[in-house]
Amino acid sequence: MYEHDVIVVGAGGAGLRAAIAAQEEGADVAIVSKLHPVRSHTGAAEGGINAALREGDSWEDHAYDTMKGSDYLGDAPAIETLCKDSPKEVIQLEHWGMAFSREEDGRVSQRPFGGLSFPRTTYAGAETGHQLLHTMYEQLVKRGITVYDEWYVSDLAVTDEERPEDRTCHGVVAYDIQSGELSGFRATDGVILATGGPGQVFDHTTNAVSNTGDGVAMAYRAGVPIEDMEFIQFHPTSLPSTGVLISEGVRGEGGILYNSEGERFMFEYGYASNDGELASRDVVARAELSEVGEGRGIDDEYVHLDMRHLGEERILDRLENILHLAKDFEGVDGLEEPMPVKPGQHYAMGGIETDENGETCVGGLYAAGECACASVHGSNRLGGNALPELIVFGKRAGAHAAGKDLGTAEIETGQRGEYELGEVDTPVQPGEVEPAGGEGDAVADGGVAAETGSGDGHDIVERAVTRERERVQSLMEKDDGVQHAEIRSDVQESMTEHVNVFREEEGLKRALEDIAEARERYRDVFVKDPSRTFNTDLIQTLETRNILDLAEAITLGALARDEFRGAHWRKEHQERRDEEWLKHTMLSWNDGTPELWYRPVILEGEDKEYEPKIRSY
Amino acid sequence: MSTQVPETETETETEAETEVEHDEPLAPAQEERMRKKAEARADREERARREAAERAEGDDDTYHLKVFRFDPEVEGKQEPRFDDFHVPYEKGMTVLDALIYARDTFDSSLTFRHSCRQAICGSDALFVNGRQRLGCKTQLSDLDQPVRVEPLPHAEVEKDLVVDMDHFYDQMEAVEPYFDADELPDGELEEQRQTRENREKVKMSTRCIWCGACMSSCNIAAGTNEYLGPAAINKAYRFAMDEREGEDRKQHRLNILEQENGVWRCQTQFSCTEVCPKDIPLTEHIQELKREAVKSNLKFW
Repeated sequence: MYEHDVIVVGAGGAGLRAAIAAQEEGADVAIVSKLHPVRSHTGAAEGGINAALREGDSWEDHAYDTMKGSDYLGDAPAIETLCKDSPKEVIQLEHWGMAFSREEDGRVSQRPFGGLSFPRTTYAGAETGHQLLHTMYEQLVKRGITVYDEWYVSDLAVTDEERPEDRTCHGVVAYDIQSGELSGFRATDGVILATGGPGQVFDHTTNAVSNTGDGVAMAYRAGVPIEDMEFIQFHPTSLPSTGVLISEGVRGEGGILYNSEGERFMFEYGYASNDGELASRDVVARAELSEVGEGRGIDDEYVHLDMRHLGEERILDRLENILHLAKDFEGVDGLEEPMPVKPGQHYAMGGIETDENGETCVGGLYAAGECACASVHGSNRLGGNALPELIVFGKRAGAHAAGKDLGTAEIETGQRGEYELGEVDTPVQPGEVEPAGGEGDAVADGGVAAETGSGDGHDIVERAVTRERERVQSLMEKDDGVQHAEIRSDVQESMTEHVNVFREEEGLKRALEDIAEARERYRDVFVKDPSRTFNTDLIQTLETRNILDLAEAITLGALARDEFRGAHWRKEHQERRDEEWLKHTMLSWNDGTPELWYRPVILEGEDKEYEPKIRSY
Repeated sequence: MSTQVPETETETETEAETEVEHDEPLAPAQEERMRKKAEARADREERARREAAERAEGDDDTYHLKVFRFDPEVEGKQEPRFDDFHVPYEKGMTVLDALIYARDTFDSSLTFRHSCRQAICGSDALFVNGRQRLGCKTQLSDLDQPVRVEPLPHAEVEKDLVVDMDHFYDQMEAVEPYFDADELPDGELEEQRQTRENREKVKMSTRCIWCGACMSSCNIAAGTNEYLGPAAINKAYRFAMDEREGEDRKQHRLNILEQENGVWRCQTQFSCTEVCPKDIPLTEHIQELKREAVKSNLKFW
């Protein structure tokens, strides 16, 4: 068994920042990650980092834009924390040497992004995430922080008290991908989940193949509520063939969207007569699909994004990476032709419920980054707000876990304080499937806390390792059954068909049926590769279970929320209904059955109350 | 329990050794890049022609892949071999797409690293038809059949296409790969100003995605594990050329690079530059550091 004060799971932006912060507070910290840190998905972020750095801008304006962009579903204490802390954090990166693009006077450049009232997006070409990830990894090397790379964390070691709020997390169980050994990792002060988003729930996504939502699913099964899962951001500009992202920076710099008639449809058809291409992402994504739906798409699938008029010099200076992507993955020369684009799954606004210090309701368990929901993005994230979220909340979680006093959080977590239970009419019973043949359900969706009992941290971790070893063993020993790839792709296709940009009740129910069927089949899942060495067949089988749980959570939330808010569009419900829905959708894994409940949104900030206004474009 | 891939001659190995004078201007390197650009354009046109021809033939084409297999643990796989896969071709399909298809459809034990599939995570550098390439950004239509897919040469194979990257990471970390300014500006909200020109100078070097293609293609690195190698030297370049670091720090960096296994080992064969998927002028950077090292030594004479 390995032992450290703080264990960080995941080595993208949030994980690296958390580890650095924990170490600065004097903790012995280690990162456990299924990828080597420089392979993390943060590296794929392109556009930039929002921070109010200049005269004429203020964190208050940033907070207001963010609240408005969230369609009033963000919590003010989290949003204000994000906007107050991000300037310092961005300059911290600059002090660590990050290669930001520069103004004539040598200061970091900023550019306009959708939904922002000031051009406050700092950037490094169209490869901001790559620069950020590498800069932060360099700091990790400098500090000699321990990294267990290519170790897959497959479960959390959490005690099994009845109420999640009484449970404690003592560590994790991880599988060494290179050797096939399972080991316990005990954390005496805290475990921080920074595992990224669940993009692989969908089949057309800008996300890496590794983004299977492992942290969210593990926390969910350990009893931590997950919040606002229905809010999935579809980025308006991904390449049709692969889902590869074309940064919002293209539109920020003045790129124009055209339909097959050569019309600038954002204005022509009144989707966003004020902001045009720079309207919020949800608005642009719907506009594009409406164009395609009405027969004005190209090849019945996509629209054109044109940046030729920006000129070669500006494109090379600020968007060079986009030229490479369009060329390599679509065969299009962005200097000479418009690029084909369509909406693709991009970001999960929801995730593990945390407060503004990164704490969950389970003692010693933290989350930060895309896997967490603090919540700063509400129902729609503004471009350029994901990277500051990583560093701001990564840092806070790391520092807090290591014992720094960040003051009492204003956001309450778990089923404490004010909340209401919810109900939703589903065609099938969601959640755990009855074990086949009455046997113990070691393979499928076993309740997590069930067998850990109590005792000291060491015992809890040991027991979690034993339970996990049995699960892996049974998957490896089966010599026939269903393969994960089949189950995974069926769920991904159903989600993209039914739980996409446009959502209808019938389709959502259909998706729930498909997921339930996939759960049935998952009981027969088996790992064909018998090897212990680098068994990606096994890892992907474990990941697929996480995909199932999260696909279901997203769809349940989407079915329950019968209104139109932010990224969540419902055919039958075309209005935002503040009187009923200014609340967060919460799901708790209650003995293997998702329990739906709601918590009110906190619109009261430090000095001001954010008044919901109608979004107009 | 691992093995080396039988060495295959790379395209770059046959390249004539061109010794570049240390104080020569960069013009030849620029010319080289322009030549490569023109070649790339010709390649694209060729690809477009080929694609058109394929469309005419119908879509039920398959691509023939010969994939290297090895597993230290599994009986029958301990002897390295090549497996044949016939993958149905769709326009735009990359080597990575084909491998994923083969794995998900024919053999779930086929093992390779991949994640972002957009040439930024750097995990799927492979040896494809005798050259180091990223699987995700290599179009099948650019390759002759059968497409031979092998692990990166000169690295230990763990299983199938997965190689041990530890040596590569060790070299990257040996050059003290982190920014270290002499002093930071007063105030936590004040930037260390950097000129646009200086940012431009280090820009290409910051694009490295740690894929290991360059290291694998380098004859010198293949000969000795001690040589820092192109990726690590490029990483050092990124900091040594950054005007925000002070003179002492730069001297310290040059001292590391000047050692026996540093820049002087490079024989300017350009193989790293040839294979770099991010077009980093690695050889040029190494030459420039050689010049810097000479200049800084002259000061003491």
